[in-house]
Amino acid sequence: MKALKYIIPLAVFVALAAFLAVGLTRDPHEVPSPFIGKAAPAFKLAQLHDEKLAFTPEEMKGKVWMLNVWASWCVSCRVEHPLLVEMSRRKVVPIVGLNYKDNRDEGIAWLAKLGNPYALSAYDDEGKVGIDYGVYGVPETFVIDKAGVIRYKQIGPITPEALEGKILPLLKKLNA
Amino acid sequence: MRLAAALLLSLFCAAAFAQSSEVAHPDARVEQRLKDLAEELRCLVCQNQTIADSNAPLALDLRNQIRAQVAAGRSDDEIRAYMVERYGDFVLYRPAFKATTALLWVGPFALLALGIGVVVVITRRRAKRDARDADPSAPSREEVARLLE
Repeated sequence: MKALKYIIPLAVFVALAAFLAVGLTRDPHEVPSPFIGKAAPAFKLAQLHDEKLAFTPEEMKGKVWMLNVWASWCVSCRVEHPLLVEMSRRKVVPIVGLNYKDNRDEGIAWLAKLGNPYALSAYDDEGKVGIDYGVYGVPETFVIDKAGVIRYKQIGPITPEALEGKILPLLKKLNA
Repeated sequence: MRLAAALLLSLFCAAAFAQSSEVAHPDARVEQRLKDLAEELRCLVCQNQTIADSNAPLALDLRNQIRAQVAAGRSDDEIRAYMVERYGDFVLYRPAFKATTALLWVGPFALLALGIGVVVVITRRRAKRDARDADPSAPSREEVARLLE
């Protein structure tokens, strides 16, 4: 009974410290996406390089693909860009770009300068499609399976850790 | 000199205003409902601000979106559902009560009840101990005072 007097506060302290320690390792900007396991929202947009051509996610049915939200004004897009270019060079997965709230010419110039890893980019001038995909921190990347279901969402730049640890294994599994 | 500085500053202000492309709806009731809704929704770009407060471009887009939906006659619940569908329960400053949010709603009250319980137990125990320790044969205050005189 006497010992309890010391054990209880100690236990409370340990529990609190554990919660805080876990909290420190988590990024509050990574909000669990409500989209995982749901069908990718449909849309139809003009392409960045040719406004006469359209793109809809429907066209990608039957393929595992990645939708990457980017913009020429987006600084951290530059961070992940070499990774995307490398993935595209190795033909890991078809990557479709969603050029978000950008200026068409600046977007095209950006790709010309830094390399274009995208099969094509859809031009989301007003950011309406971005809203439908719950985009709030460009860049964002969605992995979409053959049935058109979103299986993974990366918020912020794709890091080498996320690529090796999550995205590549998932792509392998989905393509199996 | 000071005037020049003030003019220069006011120029920057004008530029800042010019940047936002927000047009209020002519119907004041629409604006009021937008305001009420936006004050309960979290802006995910700057997470501790509401969509009503935030100047982030996304918050502006979402205000325009809500404005259009209010004007189109959608109910508050429908608009909230639209937001949750896209950004999760996290956007609601007052999330719905369900299994995943139960701890959030009940937790503080449970802790309060626990605290009150602890205080009650301790004070009871102390009162009991004081009663036990009191010695009926001990002199009273008056007696002590008299003896000391």
